[in-house]
Amino acid sequence: MNIQNRVIDIIAAQAVLEPSDVKLDSTLEDLGIDSLGLVESIFAIEEEFDITIPFNANEPSDSDFDISTVAAMIKGIEKLIADVS
Amino acid sequence: MNRVVITGAGTINALGHSVPETVEAMREGRCGIGELEFRDVERLAIRIGGQVRGFEAEGRFNRQQMTLYDRFTQFTLTAAKEAITQSGLEFHGDLAARSGVVLGTAGGGVSTWDDNYRSVYEDGKNRVHPFVVPKLMNNAAASHVSMEHNLKGPSFTVSTACASSNHAMAQAFAMVRSGMAPAMVTGGSESMLCFGGVKAWEGLRVMSKDACRPFSLGRSGMVQGEGAGVFVFENYEHARARGAEILCEVIGFAMSSDASDIVMPSKQGAARAMANALQDARVNPDEVGYINAHGTGTAANDKTECAAVADVFGPHADNLMISSTKSMHGHLIGGTGAVELLACIMALRDGVIAPTIGYEEPDPECALDVVPNIARDARVHVAVSNAFAFGGLNAVLVLRKV
Repeated sequence: MNIQNRVIDIIAAQAVLEPSDVKLDSTLEDLGIDSLGLVESIFAIEEEFDITIPFNANEPSDSDFDISTVAAMIKGIEKLIADVS
Repeated sequence: MNRVVITGAGTINALGHSVPETVEAMREGRCGIGELEFRDVERLAIRIGGQVRGFEAEGRFNRQQMTLYDRFTQFTLTAAKEAITQSGLEFHGDLAARSGVVLGTAGGGVSTWDDNYRSVYEDGKNRVHPFVVPKLMNNAAASHVSMEHNLKGPSFTVSTACASSNHAMAQAFAMVRSGMAPAMVTGGSESMLCFGGVKAWEGLRVMSKDACRPFSLGRSGMVQGEGAGVFVFENYEHARARGAEILCEVIGFAMSSDASDIVMPSKQGAARAMANALQDARVNPDEVGYINAHGTGTAANDKTECAAVADVFGPHADNLMISSTKSMHGHLIGGTGAVELLACIMALRDGVIAPTIGYEEPDPECALDVVPNIARDARVHVAVSNAFAFGGLNAVLVLRKV
């Protein structure tokens, strides 16, 4: 499974939705994921890909990691994976 | 109903090993937060904290005591000794039988858990020291204080995360006020600055990597501290009859539960605790000159707390001073309210308001007088101390100058 689908699976599980309901332009708010849900999703993504995501729950918008949409998160994750390998 | 006064104070924390050292550091706006030093710190993403330095158990406690005292108990005994010595009380006979100890801690013997888990899981050992349980239990500190000072009355430990000390001191206050006890030793202690303790907090993603900047725009979260604060709460008539020096009076308290979220704070819960504490103390909001804020430096706490203060105090919110000394000593979790009570006592007794250091820029969502960076001289007659815990459990104390 590619990175995009693996990320969508994690986000869908957190949002208690089917992966097909998670669109690339969905925002976390659209999906009903609150700040705690986001912290859990980031933890799950870090575990899945063995990466460290620069994210501080106090200033999500100031973090280097873009969480504005699902697509932005996937792009950031792909970059972090590329940086590791 | 009896009047309740504080006749002794003791502490050890990142700012000092005693009350005079700590108060002087608060007056100077000194920062006790620095690079953490302990085993495996290089495996942490968060490597700063308000660690107690230069504190050696060797020489202070004997070999038998050291096998029984976790670091949080060592801190508690050190602070309790200072407080009880200052009070001049000696517990014998009826006074000993009726006086007790109520202390707060969130984690108890965290480093004892950590060391022994490491030993059995990582090092593969199959045997631990026989005193692991009595060393790590949350009530160990309260029990050792009672044994050391012959306190035989009501004694227990309160654990409500970041509000533990305030809840504990509220209980001690209620006991002395009601006449149940002539004096109570109270406060709290915490020692979570070890690999497992910091790693657990790291997971929540609310910790700052550089500094604790409460109420400041661009704040990046909380910083942990460690240490203890212990006080002697005494019946006013009892204290006066023996000519004791009175540090200040405790005049009211209130507790509330947000009943909403396990980590996100609620403005309503905080406001109810403050408003009810003022009512219990029978003071009007406009009599309050200083609030020692919970002020953790997280986005969520600081703006919620400021909104709650604005709700409770109305236009007077702009006249009072509110500061967070966590910027200097870090967040002592279950011990934090006790160390922070020292800032209230300093305001009432010395007329000096401890600053909120590390302050860079005003945050429109925290538009109160937070005494940025530099301590201020001011006459204060009534002070309030806030503590709002994870789990939505709040405890607020009100103190008055004597």
